[in-house]
Amino acid sequence: MEQIMNETMSKYFNPETTASIKVMEGTHAASQAVKLARVKVISAYPITPQTSIVEKLSELCASGEIDAEFIKVESEHSAMASVVGAESAGVRSFTATSSQGLALMHEILHWAAGARLPIVMVNVNRALAPAWNIWVEQTDSLAQRDTGWIQFYCESNQEVLDMVLQAYRLAEQVMLPVMINLDAFFLSHTSEPVALPKQELVDQFLPPYNPKYKMELEGGHAFGGLAMPDSYMELRYKMQKSMEEAERLIPIVAEEYDHIIGRHHGTFLENYRVADADYLLMTSGTISGTSRIVVDSYREKGIKLGMIKVRTFRPFPTKAIREAVKNAKKVGVIDRNISFGQSGIFFSEAKAALYNAEHRPLMNGYVAGLGGRDVTPETISEIVDHLIASEKGQDLIWIGVKK
Amino acid sequence: MVEIRMHGRGGQGAVIACKILAAALFIEGKFAQSFPAFGVERRGAPVQAFTRIDEKPIHLRTEIYEPDHLVVLDPTLLQTIDVTSGLKEGGKILINSPFAADQFDLPDRFVVRTIDASRIAVENHLGSKSHPIVNTAILGAFSRFMDDIVGIDAIEQAIKESVPVHPEENAAAARAAFDQFEM
Repeated sequence: MEQIMNETMSKYFNPETTASIKVMEGTHAASQAVKLARVKVISAYPITPQTSIVEKLSELCASGEIDAEFIKVESEHSAMASVVGAESAGVRSFTATSSQGLALMHEILHWAAGARLPIVMVNVNRALAPAWNIWVEQTDSLAQRDTGWIQFYCESNQEVLDMVLQAYRLAEQVMLPVMINLDAFFLSHTSEPVALPKQELVDQFLPPYNPKYKMELEGGHAFGGLAMPDSYMELRYKMQKSMEEAERLIPIVAEEYDHIIGRHHGTFLENYRVADADYLLMTSGTISGTSRIVVDSYREKGIKLGMIKVRTFRPFPTKAIREAVKNAKKVGVIDRNISFGQSGIFFSEAKAALYNAEHRPLMNGYVAGLGGRDVTPETISEIVDHLIASEKGQDLIWIGVKK
Repeated sequence: MVEIRMHGRGGQGAVIACKILAAALFIEGKFAQSFPAFGVERRGAPVQAFTRIDEKPIHLRTEIYEPDHLVVLDPTLLQTIDVTSGLKEGGKILINSPFAADQFDLPDRFVVRTIDASRIAVENHLGSKSHPIVNTAILGAFSRFMDDIVGIDAIEQAIKESVPVHPEENAAAARAAFDQFEM
């Protein structure tokens, strides 16, 4: 599925830095990134719609295209435990999961972050059972909010590949794990052109992993010991400081990537036609792509609509959001997730971020597209029309629920 | 933007056909996005797959409800589901069938053609007589019928590069269907 770069393609993909462009699924974009990152240990348990990530990686390991140990396990809990072990020994590791699998990992997610292990995991956002549902929803990853993992959300297969590489660069500097999220099916099983950067450029961007402390036969350190009340709090303070350091480094890593590979997807947010907008949509994942089309159609009608695509959930982009909404009258947050008893999760976080801000626009929280229900341009237009007509902010507005 | 919807039954290869189509379009320098209707497909159950085509990167991330053209891998689907749902005026419908297009009672506002992809698949040793793998043959006919969308050379190249089993036979089936298709 390779082609020589023609004129159309070279406008969008940097020919200087690209080894090849292939039409591939989002899951395979993740697998190819793992190969380019020269990961040494891979451990994962298959779950729809993540399975093809692991399938491809096991093929690449078996054929010798990836020089990595592939550890087969009996559950996601063990998969995460395996990469915790590998990273403790100072080895770059990878795992991937989805939905119930991520939920089963929950205990070890805390361990990975607390032990300061820069693991990178890809999570395919999928709804939780019951009822069984294999389609997109973000509640699985957002429920891991307080585990100490950095979280990114992607809009295209190219962004998935680029962010897995950036995740290792970031994680290994702040010693916190990173989760890269992509939407079930709308990315995971959608094939589209993806540029694979040249290996030597990736090597330049992402040097070999060599942590200061690791389990080794000589030297000797204690890991995972007891911290009494007189020291535990300081460890937690340091995790927060590292999250703050991640906030400083995310734009720098994005710039380094752009400098070497020649692609930039934005930092905490990607602002689309925001500067002069009266009304703003706040989205994440693939709803952002469809929202671009809606923004353009309202602009053609003379309505000043813009979109904020949220790329990072932890660290939460408080400063960037305050800056992005400073001229807006109304902001509508679209959540493909729900915190029962409250509202959409991006909405409640964004609202909290703006409470101490100087400018607080009217804010509405919309919940749409749960369990993979399609969010079409019509769905988003319904949200925009409601937002424009709103005179008071509302925390929870359900979109498209059948009566 | 052009949007194609493909109807088939689980096991006929509609999803792979859309992927090959995307790869072929990409070879010709176009942007393409292909994806299955996200169901829990079983062998024999009705399935759908989609391909979007554009000159620039595609941001729209929804299923396709109003396709420009249709491909039907199994003609019995015309009796069981509303295959033409949302199809645009003047849309082309390519059906895998040994019978002529006028045997199908479809509205005049569509352009209907058939190709005996099952026979061509069997002739090229793809699948069995009861379960022929028709997806590559249908792409050859598609390329002839919708010649403004994709060329047969790109279809052949995409098949050879992406089909893991019997790539030559699959490419030959596409070429045969291209040659036998009657406008």
